Amino acid sequence: MSPIPGSGLAKGLAVTLRTMTKKTVTAQYPDVQPELPPRSRGVIGLFEENCTVCMLCARECPDWCIYIDSHKETVPAAVPGGRERSRNVLDRFAIDFSLCMYCGICIEVCPFDALFWSPEFEYAETDIRELTHERDKLREWMWTVPAPPALDPGAEEPKEIGAARKTAEKLAAAEADASTPPGVGTPPGVGGVPPGAAERPADESGPASGQGGPA
Amino acid sequence: MNDALDVAFRLIVVFAVFLVLPLVIGQTEHKVMAHMQGRLGPMYAGGFHGWAQLVADGVKFAQKEDVVPAEADRRVFQLAPAVALLPYLLVLVAIPIGPSEGAVGQVVDAGIFFVLAVMGVGVLGSLMAGWASANKFSLLGGLRTAAQLLAYELPMLLTAASVAMAAGTVSLPGILNAFEWWWLPWQIVGAIVFFVAGLAELQRPPFDMPVADSEIIFGAYTEYTGLRFALFLLAEYAGIVVLCGLTTVLFLGGWHGPFGADGLGWVWTLLKIAVLAFIVIWLRVTYPRMREDQLQKLAWTVLIPLALAQIALTGIVKVVI
Repeated sequence: MSPIPGSGLAKGLAVTLRTMTKKTVTAQYPDVQPELPPRSRGVIGLFEENCTVCMLCARECPDWCIYIDSHKETVPAAVPGGRERSRNVLDRFAIDFSLCMYCGICIEVCPFDALFWSPEFEYAETDIRELTHERDKLREWMWTVPAPPALDPGAEEPKEIGAARKTAEKLAAAEADASTPPGVGTPPGVGGVPPGAAERPADESGPASGQGGPA
Repeated sequence: MNDALDVAFRLIVVFAVFLVLPLVIGQTEHKVMAHMQGRLGPMYAGGFHGWAQLVADGVKFAQKEDVVPAEADRRVFQLAPAVALLPYLLVLVAIPIGPSEGAVGQVVDAGIFFVLAVMGVGVLGSLMAGWASANKFSLLGGLRTAAQLLAYELPMLLTAASVAMAAGTVSLPGILNAFEWWWLPWQIVGAIVFFVAGLAELQRPPFDMPVADSEIIFGAYTEYTGLRFALFLLAEYAGIVVLCGLTTVLFLGGWHGPFGADGLGWVWTLLKIAVLAFIVIWLRVTYPRMREDQLQKLAWTVLIPLALAQIALTGIVKVVI
């Protein structure tokens, strides 16, 4: 029971009046593009230069919406007397977005960073067959892939950078050992040198080079 | 000849007001309701914030096929929208908006009687529609309308009678000429009862049981399409104009205002009508629909006793001064 009869009614009126003075929540979508959160899942882009036709994505896909055709080519021996190597060449890579459920497993599973999420979402079609995006179209989506968002402050260091830094420190330590007589000073890289301060930009172009899309 | 011109001019003005004000209120309702719900409302029609939305709606309604159900009572069915709409036009003729002779369509000596009697006719339109549609939902809606009319006409009449007692006349301009500012607190209970009962008679939310769309589709208007349906909707908004106008004239002092009484009387009237119309919309957005039994209970156990108390108070004060 409310202390004053009718106070509930007055409260209701106050709520609607207050809402009227506030900003509306309506998004005027076609006129104003939505501000999508980072890592939005719109469409999948294929960075085909990185693809080795390992088929992991096609095999992991829960609804089998990735189609890959390839053939083998023989690469002549690199050195005289060596053995010929064989290499997979991609013939067709297609994703049927009418089947895709946007789980992102293909992107997670790709060991060579050939698949990426793009936030573009306006690719509706009037014919369902048009939703099967072939290799060229998937390659075009790569241009819309944004740079990965910055890490949260205090986040764990990315594994690639950690590995590269360790290598750089080892190298620096070996160089220091070689140039200074043994027994003098402490080995650098243990405490004094900031973690890979100079080497880092160079070392970053390791396995993670495709991370930012084709630049 | 001059008289005929004068009458024709007045009728044209009243007709123009009758066509424009309901649309203005309807558009205001679109926008106010939207913003009260955190939305934007119509934004496209007409270009600027959807100002032409109701015009577009009208065009759409005019294009639709006018269907009369095979089992319906054809003539009554077709006549019903006119019966619902025209009384409000007639009432509008008698409502004064300014102090001068030219600011009222037609001075009716028995103004309150005329106005309330004709407003009651408007509800007949819903009854006719409900009965003639040969549809059980329409019939239910029509019967609910009838029950609501019975319950709420009484408090409306009683409170109007209270004002007539206070002024000593039943003429609407006469009441306004006798108006003093202290009538406002004196008649405030009557004003609230009159306004609430009027809302119920218009079947506006929260008193929209007769058209409760979640239970009986759209009550008496279920079978209507196209222009006839639009006329029913227009009748609802014309009804808001009339109700707000009457409340203004009877209880809020019409053209009287704190200042500018001579030239700006009509501005005060329109301003008060606008505020009341906003309240009508506000109530619609805020409150959920009342149940049928709650509707009847409110009328018979709250509004009528309050109206009677108001009459008693009016009588006592009238005898004392």
